[in-house]
Amino acid sequence: MLQFILRRLLSGVVLVFVITVVAFSLLYAGGGDIARRILGQNATQDIVDRKAAELGLTRPLWEQYGDWFSHAVTGDFGRSWFTGQLVMNGVSSRLAVTLSIVIGATLLAAIVSVFLGVLAAVRGGAVDRVVQVGSVLGFAIPGFLIALGLVIVFAINLKWFKATGYIPITTSFAGWLTSVTLPIIALSIGVIATVAQQVRGSVIDALERDYVRTLRSRGLSMRRVVAKHVLRNAGGPALAVLAVQFVGLLSGAVIVEQIFALPGLGQMAVQATSSADIPIVMGLVTVMAVIVVIVNLAIDLAQAALNPKVRLS
Amino acid sequence: MTELTTPIAPAAARVSLLRRLLRNPVGVVSLAFLAIVGLVAVIGSALAPYDPNLASLQLVLAPPSPDHILGADSAGRDVLSRLLAATQISIAAALLGLVVALVVGVTAGLIAGYYGGWFDQVSSWFTGLVMALPGIVVLLAARAVVGPSVWYSMLIFGVLLSPAYFRLVYAAVTAVKNELYVDAARVSGLSDLRIIARHILSVVRAPVIIQSAIIAGIAIAIQSGLEFLGLGDMSVPTWGSMLNDGFSNIYKAPLLMLWPSLAIGLTCMALVLLANAMRDELERSVRPVGRRRRRAAAVVAEERPAVVVHADDAKTRTGEVLLSVRDLVVGYDKPDGSLTRVVRGVSLDIRRGEVHGLIGESGSGKTQTAFAVLGLLPAGGRVVSGSIGFDGLELAGAGEKVYRGVRGSRIAYVPQEPMSNLDGAFTIGSQLVEPMRLTLGISKAEAKERALGLLERVGIPNPKRTFAAYPHEISGGMAQRVLIAGAVSCDPELLIADEPTTALDVTVQAEVLDLVRDLQEERQMGLLLVTHNFGVVADLCDRVSVMQSGLIVETGPVRSIFAHAEHPYTQSLLDAILEDGPARGALAGTPEVAR
Repeated sequence: MLQFILRRLLSGVVLVFVITVVAFSLLYAGGGDIARRILGQNATQDIVDRKAAELGLTRPLWEQYGDWFSHAVTGDFGRSWFTGQLVMNGVSSRLAVTLSIVIGATLLAAIVSVFLGVLAAVRGGAVDRVVQVGSVLGFAIPGFLIALGLVIVFAINLKWFKATGYIPITTSFAGWLTSVTLPIIALSIGVIATVAQQVRGSVIDALERDYVRTLRSRGLSMRRVVAKHVLRNAGGPALAVLAVQFVGLLSGAVIVEQIFALPGLGQMAVQATSSADIPIVMGLVTVMAVIVVIVNLAIDLAQAALNPKVRLS
Repeated sequence: MTELTTPIAPAAARVSLLRRLLRNPVGVVSLAFLAIVGLVAVIGSALAPYDPNLASLQLVLAPPSPDHILGADSAGRDVLSRLLAATQISIAAALLGLVVALVVGVTAGLIAGYYGGWFDQVSSWFTGLVMALPGIVVLLAARAVVGPSVWYSMLIFGVLLSPAYFRLVYAAVTAVKNELYVDAARVSGLSDLRIIARHILSVVRAPVIIQSAIIAGIAIAIQSGLEFLGLGDMSVPTWGSMLNDGFSNIYKAPLLMLWPSLAIGLTCMALVLLANAMRDELERSVRPVGRRRRRAAAVVAEERPAVVVHADDAKTRTGEVLLSVRDLVVGYDKPDGSLTRVVRGVSLDIRRGEVHGLIGESGSGKTQTAFAVLGLLPAGGRVVSGSIGFDGLELAGAGEKVYRGVRGSRIAYVPQEPMSNLDGAFTIGSQLVEPMRLTLGISKAEAKERALGLLERVGIPNPKRTFAAYPHEISGGMAQRVLIAGAVSCDPELLIADEPTTALDVTVQAEVLDLVRDLQEERQMGLLLVTHNFGVVADLCDRVSVMQSGLIVETGPVRSIFAHAEHPYTQSLLDAILEDGPARGALAGTPEVAR
């Protein structure tokens, strides 16, 4: 088991490393052009060259990367080229916002999609058709349209929730809840649509297994077999899909944070790219990759807990 | 990225997918809508009544009027004209992403799948890399380098989406590559390129088309999303930038948001519905008819020949009848409303402590009879008529309430295939303890003690270790012993064993049969032994019923049947086990339909 964890951890570290190498090469390959973009078209070549040298952009790329990497492992991603603020400070103050909505959406999606998927698989008939049609719609309509719809209905017309802004959980739990509820729902609908389909499929699959009949022949009720045995066996494929969907959730969070004016990593990314603030972009790419790796590791562990065979492979 | 799964259909999809789609209502509506969008994309800018970028201060946020049917936006530009022009750019951008993803993904998938080697390694690894990063974050990073451009964004997004095609094509190619007909083509000297074009592309064509509809939807959604964030080139009218303008003025002119929302939402929905309709049509055409009724003996005519009944001899057991099946008919409802009868009027009795063999070849309905008694027929199956009397209870058509007091505690079941009948996610011990606690109402410790005793009784060398083991850690023979232990764990009066030794090694078979016999004698259980082997019947049974095509053709005490079998089918089954018997021909009298 320990070996399993270590191997997954190692492959995650390698993945993050490679992503930073690729991202760094692409972001910094521009060299002198980057200084030009910062200073604008009117700056003289002399000033541009001086700026490039000041930012260390004239050095060989590998040397720049080595410099960045040696600081990054200590948690120092450099400073913003425009505000001079430490990238890490900006990231850490915004991390909680993004994690609030992304993890909230993952949990909500997991619960709702298991419920809907099992219901559709076990009941069949009309319930199944409703869930199927709902899944297709949830998958088809872009998340930001759903978010806009939620804002218009629940925040602007019904005024049940605040349309914009974020209240930290440390300030007020109820406030935090009202500020993240709509973003979480908006984010999770697409995931629910996809994962519910997967749960439905794997539950139908598991229900046809021989051991279901054998367990029932021993006097276990259908409800109990589904709740204990079928769900556990169907959980693996569903978790795998959820892991892939999580990456999509981070994408969705960028747009949803913009709509609900939440000061998260996505908003930071949008601002940084508009101004070509490369150190911030680089830091964000790294942090996102680390988040993805951690979540995948957590899901791998959950898989291993569900299925003893995974632990061996 | 989004996980996309599309079934890989065999190359059978020769009939034009388009023609079949035209018979599917959802498919027709989606196609029609997309055709209109496509038409607007091509000629939309020519239809526009005004220049889409012509701003007018008088018209800022103007409501709809005869001159400007949809009103004007925050810069006083005609919304209808912008919508028409935006369609062109939004669709073109999505197509660019789609084509890039298609070319990169399909090419890489073909090469990696067909040739393997280092290219396979690199592309699979690259796929993992791309899937680990949120697409929008990559696009944002790219924007920081190349500036705002719809076209660059879609170029990069195409590469990000290519794994969806890569994995689809890769899976199809590796599956087909080693098929015999591809080998044959290779041996006959066809070039790799011709083989790929002829045998492999034809397999992936349909799934790739379906995938493309989904990818196009995602491309439109992402592209509009980026433009909506204000990250696009704001001088170009797109659906996303119109939405952005509408959202900024949501309080002043809420209608502005409606049109681009409808355009994006309906187009994405039409694409996904189209993909679904295509998938449905493909699955319908490749689904084999009646696949799940593998064991069903479909017989058209309702003839019911006379049953050969042998009289009881002196040694036959004469006790209280435990199970009494009368004229049992089991059927499966077909989608067209008709009924396939797999058991067509079976009657048999089992007394307490009696072993009754039910013999017949695959598909004769013997397993279905056993499942009917247990009330565990597969989905779609039901007892159509007849009765199943068990010690005064009527089980035919009985609900879960009746069966709750019967299954496990009074009637138990030993399955055929040991490994698939244990849940691989739980330890063997927990699968033994759970039913005992529920059925017998005993404590966990008591159940564990009992389970260890049972494991020892069925001949497991180290009960404690097996108790803690997972099913994949033990052999098939051991697993069957575990299942037998589980079946007798709640002291049933009737045991139903469905070919309990068929899946085992020959050396283990005899041991397991001995175990079943010993347990049966020890506990005086009635035993319904389903088998296709007369040798097993001779070893264990008091009485035997021979089944063919859903009917019992001959029944009676074992000795009598062995001595003078009358039905030709019974004779041919018997011949099959007699070493010095006549040459084995086809089984006599089996109706063709049953094969």
